[in-house]
Amino acid sequence: MSALDAAQGAGNEAGNKAGGDIVIDVQHLTKKFDGRAVVRDLSMQVKRGTIYGFLGPNGSGKTTTIRMLCGLLTPDEGTGTCLGYDIRTETDKIKKQVGYMTQRFSLYQDLSVRENLEFIGRIYGLDRPKAAARAAIKRLGLSGREEQIAGELSGGWKQRLALGACTLPSPQLLLLDEPTAGVDPKARREFWNEIHALAADGLTVLVSTHYMDEAERCHEIAYIAYGELLVHGTVEHVIAASHLTTYVVSAVHGNAALNALSQEITGKPGVDMVAPFGTSLHVSGRDAATLEAAISSYRTRGDLDWKKSEPSLEDVFIDLMSKAQDNFQ
Amino acid sequence: MSHIIPSEAPARSRGNGFWRKTWAVLIKEFIQLKRDRVSFVMIIMIPLIQLLLFGYAINTTPRNLPTAVLLQERSDVGRSILAALNNTSYFKVTALPTTEAELDRLLASGKVLFGVEIPANFERSLRRGEKPSMLVVADATDPVASGSALGALNRVVQTALVHDYAIPDAGAAAFEIRSHARYNPAGKTELNIVPGLVGTILTMTMLIFTALSVTREIERGTMENLLAMPITPVEIMLGKIFPYVVVGFVQAAMVIGIGVVLFHVPVLGNLFVLASLSTLFIATNLSIGYTFSTVAQNQLQAMQMSIMFFLPNILLSGFMFPFAGMPVWAQWVGEMLPLTHYLRIVRSIMLKGASVSDLHYDAAAMAGLMLVAMTIAVTRFRRTLD
Repeated sequence: MSALDAAQGAGNEAGNKAGGDIVIDVQHLTKKFDGRAVVRDLSMQVKRGTIYGFLGPNGSGKTTTIRMLCGLLTPDEGTGTCLGYDIRTETDKIKKQVGYMTQRFSLYQDLSVRENLEFIGRIYGLDRPKAAARAAIKRLGLSGREEQIAGELSGGWKQRLALGACTLPSPQLLLLDEPTAGVDPKARREFWNEIHALAADGLTVLVSTHYMDEAERCHEIAYIAYGELLVHGTVEHVIAASHLTTYVVSAVHGNAALNALSQEITGKPGVDMVAPFGTSLHVSGRDAATLEAAISSYRTRGDLDWKKSEPSLEDVFIDLMSKAQDNFQ
Repeated sequence: MSHIIPSEAPARSRGNGFWRKTWAVLIKEFIQLKRDRVSFVMIIMIPLIQLLLFGYAINTTPRNLPTAVLLQERSDVGRSILAALNNTSYFKVTALPTTEAELDRLLASGKVLFGVEIPANFERSLRRGEKPSMLVVADATDPVASGSALGALNRVVQTALVHDYAIPDAGAAAFEIRSHARYNPAGKTELNIVPGLVGTILTMTMLIFTALSVTREIERGTMENLLAMPITPVEIMLGKIFPYVVVGFVQAAMVIGIGVVLFHVPVLGNLFVLASLSTLFIATNLSIGYTFSTVAQNQLQAMQMSIMFFLPNILLSGFMFPFAGMPVWAQWVGEMLPLTHYLRIVRSIMLKGASVSDLHYDAAAMAGLMLVAMTIAVTRFRRTLD
């Protein structure tokens, strides 16, 4: 980590026009493709050194938002700054200080690990691209693989290389678009340890993900659906703000009873969500009183065991999504 | 969401369904073809362009060959021959030089393909029955073009003289035509083909190298990463073009070297001028290929555009068929193609020993085409994913 620390320090001194604590500050961003709004009226602020989780279903506008932040897309409406630079007019300056990891592996599959890193080092104008690439290879634990062709690396190694590539020019801000999709749990854990280490050094990280466990590893999260940012804050804040009442039901003799129960109570007034989790069933409702009324007759059954519980983050998100869907139809 | 799998399995036909499956692929292919606009246009345009070019533009017995007439005497016979030359479809008198040196320069620069010199006292000698001789110089770098016109010349002059002057015995014996097949006295076609091949091979390979360069990045997904980095379109373009200039240079050296060794094609002009102008030609084609790359949506489209561009280059540049034989509109199209200019340059330098001052028009035309292509490419290059 020592090489990275040094590089990070240099980066902080060099750039950082605003010098303030807010790294991303955008208001009312809207982006349309063929007249269809993919992102609408999105405002957000991200503080320096924060790991900011970006959650939402497929096609909700996460990638589009990230691309607007790094200058790959021009917003149709709205204004904002990234690292103190205007996201419409100063994209050249933003690009120098942002590391962007695309959703799909976008390094050169036919170049070796070392050649890819050296290429990036040269584009960002590092003084000694070869030395920087060597240091990155060591730091990423890619020693021994530096001459391997990038296209032949496994998913986990590709992702490590991609992270190494976007941190190589010591950026101020990392934008990671679903960096851990298709990566095994061990590699994911190592990846997150790395992200936390980088954030501890003052790097700001915006990361989009589908995984709930990853959301819980973020300092702050934002949930976006149908192009709108529905909720943001810490995980505890988001769960508390949902006002969701959840029961966990387990069956005394086998799961057949749970299956039947699921079919019976789905769609009853007050029951907003029914979802199986292994040998139990999560039953949730936005209004506690109507939910209690709907399930009262089942609670007395001897073959079922009802326990009131905190809603999981997933419960909260599924609920947000269906609420948003109701609003748009 | 909860009913992704249908509760009732759909009925399936028995047998292995050979035709049904073939049909399924066929329908899919048609839909994809319909979506791919460029392929669709190509299906119509390639046969149409070929047909029109071969049908209307290409003529193996060339007409209106640019001709210079040097009149050493002011006489009626001279004027009559001039008029007769203009009246045939073979020749078109485009210049009236006053000295032999001027005539030579016109031929060397390729401005005319024929020179007719009527010596002093031609008319008087003719009337006295002294069998005077007329000198005809043909640019034989393209033996096909010069050969058939030379054959026609004798007849044209005879008819003119008999018709206008009623010189009774202006038949076979009245005068003599001394013809010089200059630059390629033996009329060897390989002297014409080999320099032409240098240009054709370079056009084909250079176009395709760069035509694929941007679309490949888009198709492989690396473009998004590249655009997110602090690099400008001009930097990307030049970085992608330079390596292939070297490749093209090696190719050109190889073809010319083989031409000299195996086919005994001479290199009469300055090798350094040939090398510099070849480099310019290579860069021009690379720029055009790169422009296609910024317009095309995928590698297939870029390939198709290259072929579309290559076709008129082969047919209208003077590589396969004499440039002078084409109708004016086709010559104008030809002037827009880099290969036309390069062919003149490479043939002039290798076979005629032409110098830079003879070639500045063609060199400037190639440089102009390159700048136009680069400008289009840089403006067309999408800096964002919008």
